Amino acid sequence: MQLTNRAQAVDRRPMNFVEKIYVPAILKGLKITISHAFKRNPTIQYPEQKRPFAPVFRGLHILNRDEEGRERCTACGLCAVACPAEAITMEAAERLPGEEHLYREEKYAARYEINMLRCIFCGFCEEACPKDAIYLTETVMPPNYNRAALIYKKEDLLIPKKN
Amino acid sequence: MQEALFWIVSFIAIACALGVVLSRNPVHSVLFLILTFFAISGHYILMNAQFLAIVNIIVYAGAIMVLFLFVIMLMNLNADAEPQKSRLVQFAGALSGGALFLVLLAAMRTAALSPLEKTTNDIGLVANLGKVLFTDYVLPFEISSVLFLSAMIGAIIIGKKGDAPNREVASGEQLDGMDNLVNTEQLSTGANANLPNAFTEADELEAIS
Amino acid sequence: MLLAISLAFLIEKIILITVILFGSLGVAMYATWGERKVAAAMQDRPGPNRAGPFGLLQPLADGLKLFMKEEIIPNGSTRWIFILGPCLAMLTATMTSAIIPWGPDITLGSHTISLQVADVNIGILYIFGVLSLGVYGVMLGGWASNNKFSLLSSVRAASQAISYELAMGIALIALLMMSGSLSLRTIVEQQHGFWQDGYFSWYVFKQPLGFFIFLVCAFAELNRTPFDLAEAENELNMGYHQEYSSMKLGFYLFAEYINMFISSAVMATLFFGGYNFPFMDQVAQALGAGSVWMALICVIVLMIKVIAFILLFMAVRWTIPRFRYDQLMNLGWKSLIPLALFNMLVTGGVILWLLK
Repeated sequence: MQLTNRAQAVDRRPMNFVEKIYVPAILKGLKITISHAFKRNPTIQYPEQKRPFAPVFRGLHILNRDEEGRERCTACGLCAVACPAEAITMEAAERLPGEEHLYREEKYAARYEINMLRCIFCGFCEEACPKDAIYLTETVMPPNYNRAALIYKKEDLLIPKKN
Repeated sequence: MQEALFWIVSFIAIACALGVVLSRNPVHSVLFLILTFFAISGHYILMNAQFLAIVNIIVYAGAIMVLFLFVIMLMNLNADAEPQKSRLVQFAGALSGGALFLVLLAAMRTAALSPLEKTTNDIGLVANLGKVLFTDYVLPFEISSVLFLSAMIGAIIIGKKGDAPNREVASGEQLDGMDNLVNTEQLSTGANANLPNAFTEADELEAIS
Repeated sequence: MLLAISLAFLIEKIILITVILFGSLGVAMYATWGERKVAAAMQDRPGPNRAGPFGLLQPLADGLKLFMKEEIIPNGSTRWIFILGPCLAMLTATMTSAIIPWGPDITLGSHTISLQVADVNIGILYIFGVLSLGVYGVMLGGWASNNKFSLLSSVRAASQAISYELAMGIALIALLMMSGSLSLRTIVEQQHGFWQDGYFSWYVFKQPLGFFIFLVCAFAELNRTPFDLAEAENELNMGYHQEYSSMKLGFYLFAEYINMFISSAVMATLFFGGYNFPFMDQVAQALGAGSVWMALICVIVLMIKVIAFILLFMAVRWTIPRFRYDQLMNLGWKSLIPLALFNMLVTGGVILWLLK
């Protein structure tokens, strides 16, 4: 089976005189490396210069609020089901009277955790969510020395309330 | 000035020579010996024989002592490995050494030391030395070169012994390319034949110098 | 007589030695920077560029880092030899610069200043002497570390150096037969200008094969790729300086670069006319022979040649892989030495034929 037309048979003939004295081969190599010295180098000087993100880039999650600043998540669990990495855990609770300004529906997530060590940023949770509650932003996940700190709680994920 | 230098260099030479004999670690002995050669080269320079001085350093300090060091390092000699010699052997050694020392002392005492004559001081320079070697002393010079040649050939023959049938493999083309790496049989014979070879070459160098 | 020294002479020489010493240290420092820049250019990346403009302060930062690091002397090592190793490496690296003629004499009134520390009449042999001692730094350091990789590496380095010294010496004998002198100053003056008596005056045109052998041997003597078997990481971890840390490691690395600088200078002096350049007679007439400006131009010309050689060393290092050990020995003993002997015989024959 031939995949590309670049394959070459290995030449196992004994080396001839020109090959044996190495020098022409070394000069040929030098020509290649020195020619590289005059090529534009593709390095991006990172902190000063940044590559634009791709339009489909998926980064850190956020939990959204509605226009009145109430949490949209109803703890339906569809995101946890959709998650191929099983990174999402949640616990539902019932909204009590007087909490209408906090939660949009009668049910809300009392606990909502995403294990960032497991998450593969596939964005399935975003697609599964019927309430537009979870979104993947363009923020790159910050690293941490501590495993526990990488399990993001609801407080870490929820966007701050607009006043 | 010159006399002061002479005394300093002589002191270094003798102290280091004692160090060679007295130090227990063979590597230290070799280092002291190198220093002794340096001191002797200093003497040559004081006698305006710069060529001899530098050749002494190149050949003795630079080549032969490196080979000495090789052997000593690879033998891994240390205090633990030193065999315990019996009293009898120690006594015999002391006795014979002392006897030799006595003989030397007696010979020195009776020998008439004629004061050295001061001659033209340029014999040690390269051009003069070369002329003398190739005119007045050409026969001894050539004979000694034949001696060295025979030593070289001897070293090669010793190095070759034992793997004579395999020589074709070692000296042939196979070692040049990577192709033969596939053939393990060839590889092993090639490697075996090559290892003693490297050491022979080191011996050759000693013979040359 | 032999050791008659005047005070003015002493001061002049001490100034010259200081300048040359610090000059070669500076060149060696920036050679480390240059090496990284050359490597980067050949691999399509920018190289060090954070410390100062174009990363020019990088060598200082590296030096500072090495000074700040912890000094570790392994328990099983032979302490004083362990310390002696890098010192010897550094010492032998700097010693060679003493006999290289950096420029022509400067005449100030009645006083003549020579831009060479010592014009010994055995100049080339002195270089060989120091070169052969250079092995000790590596060998003692590797042995005293009490580490089998270091020991193997130092044995490799030493046997390699000894093997290639021989071919180097024989290649030089051919040159010496043509020059008839061992003094570097005389050899440089023989290569005056660029064109003399209907032929190029530089020895590289008279001894191309000799130069080639010398160049290959210089690569081997410097332990540089393709002959850096002493530092073959994949076989020997790090080589003879495995156990070294802090400035002692720095000394080893530094000595390597000083050696590169000095051997480039030696090659430029022996084969590329040293400080001579084409049309130097006309320039000398315009500026006045023996003037400071003339000497300055000559020194700059020599430095340009030296830097060209250093760049060649670097380009080769980042181009070809290293030899296998048996290939190295085969090349040295079975190719270069016979080639050098052949070159010597042919040169001798030609000289005899021309003299007749």
